[in-house]
Amino acid sequence: MALPVDEVLRIARLAHLRLDAAEAERMGTHLARILDYVAMLDDADVSSVEGTTHAIGLVCPLREDRVHPSLSSSEASRGAPHSEEDLFAVPRFVG
Amino acid sequence: MSATAAEIATLVGGGHASAEEIARTTFARIRRCDGRIGAYLRLDEEGALRSAREVDARVRLGERPVLAGVPIALKDAIVTRGVETTCASKILRGWIPPYDAAVVERLRAAGAVITGKANMDEFAMGSSNENSAYGPVRNPWDLERTPGGSSGGSAAAVAAELCAAALGSDTGGSIRQPAAMCGVVGLKPTYGRVSRRGLVAFASSLDQIGPLAHTVEDAALLLEAVAGHDERDSTSAARPVEPYRDSCRGDLRGLRIGVPREFFVAGMDSEVEAAVRAAIEVLGRLGGEIVDLSLPHTPHAVAAYYLICTAEASANLARYDGVRFGHRARGAQDLLEMYQRTRGEGFGPEVKRRIMLGTYALSAGYYEAYYGKAQKVRTLICRDFEEAFRSCDVLATPTSPTAAFRLGERLDDPLQMHLADVFTISVNLAGLPGISLPCGATGAGLPIGLQIIAPAFAEQTMLRAAWAYEQSTDWHLRRPPEWTA
Repeated sequence: MALPVDEVLRIARLAHLRLDAAEAERMGTHLARILDYVAMLDDADVSSVEGTTHAIGLVCPLREDRVHPSLSSSEASRGAPHSEEDLFAVPRFVG
Repeated sequence: MSATAAEIATLVGGGHASAEEIARTTFARIRRCDGRIGAYLRLDEEGALRSAREVDARVRLGERPVLAGVPIALKDAIVTRGVETTCASKILRGWIPPYDAAVVERLRAAGAVITGKANMDEFAMGSSNENSAYGPVRNPWDLERTPGGSSGGSAAAVAAELCAAALGSDTGGSIRQPAAMCGVVGLKPTYGRVSRRGLVAFASSLDQIGPLAHTVEDAALLLEAVAGHDERDSTSAARPVEPYRDSCRGDLRGLRIGVPREFFVAGMDSEVEAAVRAAIEVLGRLGGEIVDLSLPHTPHAVAAYYLICTAEASANLARYDGVRFGHRARGAQDLLEMYQRTRGEGFGPEVKRRIMLGTYALSAGYYEAYYGKAQKVRTLICRDFEEAFRSCDVLATPTSPTAAFRLGERLDDPLQMHLADVFTISVNLAGLPGISLPCGATGAGLPIGLQIIAPAFAEQTMLRAAWAYEQSTDWHLRRPPEWTA
């Protein structure tokens, strides 16, 4: 059974994705099939198991702060679809 | 271009061949052949010839770079300063990175000549290369079939000799599976062995860059060149790089080779099973002790992977919002609409599906049931491997349950596509190194891959087993007939 379209659109809003009506319907069918499949994880006994975020035991490494050359603001903003005076320009979003 | 990377480096480094001449020959072959394969998204002939001339000059000054003059293709997920990098996505069309990935810096320092950017599944999400926004790659062994994925362009370029070797990235099998389907060697290193700086992120706890090549020795040579600690990648391992190429010798006496029962499943292709079982017999004849064992949580790996990789992807791909790089939708009235339309227009169907699934798995009320559960199952899978490596030194398995499948065959069935990676995924979940190497062919002549898996940072043991097998067989010498010469 497909995931209801309003549920699909709720997730799409969380993901900042615009889906058209046909996409949302197809997505509902695909997501439901995948969720059915992953439900098999319920068969695994994980009652006394901690989750793994990283397989190789990593400690967060620290180092001294030091000043070194980095990208200039003009280099950093060069790939932007719209920039003004080396700043990223976006549509107005306050008053 | 029938020489291996090791042979080219010896010839160029010794002053017996010119890197520029080799680069020109390579580009002539690409122009002749790649129109029908589609392995490259873009070439950098000018940059390649310039760096080839620099390598020739270094050799004249007495240097002997380890990859002198070796033409290498890069998966388009690896950023290259001044050369468009799209990850095969429309959302990054036209993006020119302002820096080189760490592996690119290392390749250049080692004297490699970068030919161009190889096609791939969009954002490395796929197992057939059909999710590229710029068209599929065709398998050089049969143009009606996929090369596997997601590093399909890298694998096809090596197979058709459109480069001597390539780099790909492997999140759930994306180096090893296409290597198996294209009849080349593909190596996924231990998580943290190679810097991910400059690898466009898909699933950060799983992604790893590695080589594709014609021989095990070439894969070892490339790994040695690109591996090593990098303080700009906080997950990079602070361990010295071992002399991987030196592991390519000796026999297998004393080596215990585990064969996990769960990797020979009902429904797998009988020709694949027969070829891999025959390869395991060869490993035994070479002195290896074959150990039957179990990795009991293998059947859960695809489901756990599906949730973990999509959860991580949904977070990583949040950065594509039309502000700092890539595509931006026109005409949006406000910022939120701009984000939504930019992403709706820029991402392809599989990327959207994974972002949606990941967002769902991380959303309030579902987090523990999906993502949290998957992380716990990941622990069980890691423990399976720990237990297995108490009774063996390496594992030998098939790389993929089938040989290359037909273009279009699985496109409407995302779940079936994921099952192409059923034998490779658990290796990523456990962070282990794995290598695929040619071990047979189907009746139709399609390549079959053998996977060898080792404990974390035991690449040397893995390479020793792979090299010994390769030396005693000639599968690695087969070339797709149409592209020979």
